[in-house]
Amino acid sequence: MSRSLRFAPLALLLLIVVALVWRLATPANTNVPSKLEGKPVPNFALPAALPSKPTLSSADLATGQPRVINIFASWCVPCVTEVKVLQELKVRGVAIEGIAVRDQSQDIAGFLARNGDPYERIGSDPQSRVQISLGSSGVPESFIVDGKGIIRYQHIGPIEQSDVPMILGKLEQAR
Amino acid sequence: MKRILILLALVAAQPLLADSNLPPAYWANRQLPDPKQEAEAQALMDELRCLVCQGQSIADSDAELAGDMRDLVRRRIAAGEQPSAIRSWLVQRYGTWISYKPTAELAAWPLWLAPLALLVIGAWLVRRRIRLKAKS
Repeated sequence: MSRSLRFAPLALLLLIVVALVWRLATPANTNVPSKLEGKPVPNFALPAALPSKPTLSSADLATGQPRVINIFASWCVPCVTEVKVLQELKVRGVAIEGIAVRDQSQDIAGFLARNGDPYERIGSDPQSRVQISLGSSGVPESFIVDGKGIIRYQHIGPIEQSDVPMILGKLEQAR
Repeated sequence: MKRILILLALVAAQPLLADSNLPPAYWANRQLPDPKQEAEAQALMDELRCLVCQGQSIADSDAELAGDMRDLVRRRIAAGEQPSAIRSWLVQRYGTWISYKPTAELAAWPLWLAPLALLVIGAWLVRRRIRLKAKS
């Protein structure tokens, strides 16, 4: 066996270790973005999540004004902090609609009573069907929909305080 | 002592609740009454990738979203929809990421070419061996 070939297994091992360390240090992005950005919101009509609030259907979206559709759930932990940021967006005049995934009326009511209620309408999606038809893969997620009902931007994960200027910018672009 | 107590407390710790209180969707864990339709649904579910437990198929995953997707697949197959139509409906939303079935897109070419390349290398190795033997 030639001299250089003798070290081949060691080099291979080093290569594998380097690759493992690199992936541990910078984990791969596991987000699955929706392919519906730039496309119209699929047709849907959801039952009301709360007796006291209007429900959401795709017909409510193409009204000339851009809005945020927030996919949330009362059982979702990051949603608790996100809903406070949504509250701030609402104060700044942003229209926010909600889709409550796999949730029940009394739980949603409790969630909104505890954390605040930024939503104009909330639809209930007990079998995640509208969530799947939007190409969303979890809670929380938000879609910015323009006045013609076209999806302009998908935000995966909670909208944080630091995302507010970016979200306002996206809404301005969608105007 | 304090350390041991903290470690013992971990034994009783519960994972953070990250699931809803709703029961699984109707067709999530129930077979379709028609065996032919159920077989079609099963074959499709084996090839759809779970969005939560990425790397598992929705047939294998216990995630709630996977259950809801199994419900969606069985419902549509029971309504007479073709599996290929359901697959492309999902691909429109999540991209080819959602499907385990390899496509002919450029990124998948190594997958198709690898067996051929291995066969060629194997044939070359065998030929070399036979020649070496013949010489000796």
